[in-house]
Amino acid sequence: MPINFRHDVDSVLEEAKKRNKPVLLDFSAAPM
Amino acid sequence: MVRFVNENFIPARVHVKQDPEAFKKYGEKYNAHWTPTVLELDPNGEEFYRAEGFLPVEDFLAQLMLGRAHMDFKKGKWDEAEKRFREINEKLPNADAAPEALYWAGVSRYKAKNDSSALKETARAFKTRYADSSWAKKASIWS
Repeated sequence: MPINFRHDVDSVLEEAKKRNKPVLLDFSAAPM
Repeated sequence: MVRFVNENFIPARVHVKQDPEAFKKYGEKYNAHWTPTVLELDPNGEEFYRAEGFLPVEDFLAQLMLGRAHMDFKKGKWDEAEKRFREINEKLPNADAAPEALYWAGVSRYKAKNDSSALKETARAFKTRYADSSWAKKASIWS
């Protein structure tokens, strides 16, 4: 099962604040 | 790896080729100009750990675990931090991050108990594990 990365970073940051959960932010150039 | 990430983080990805505008925006914001760069952000979006460059899966997971442990350490959650650092030594003892985890596990216990014997025990542990690591040198002053 792959990691379900999201691409809406601003939304992720807002959600992180609301849920008090850290964010893993991956800057990638890997083939998709 | 997947379980650790999902339990501990909301994962987000900025792809340099698929979304160059986002890469520029967040790359500048977080000073990330190379890939792969993986940041661990606290719930307020502040960076507390980064891993740059490719790593094999086991080493990469250990880096992520190390970062998560450091987050608890920086918040003064000594017991939780020690537990997380020791988990690296137990589950991934051969990972590059393992010696660092052993060092900080000892520091976390010292912080929690205010007991210098935790540091001495850590220095002793380095005599039999990771003795050639830079972290063993750093811990040697405690023996």
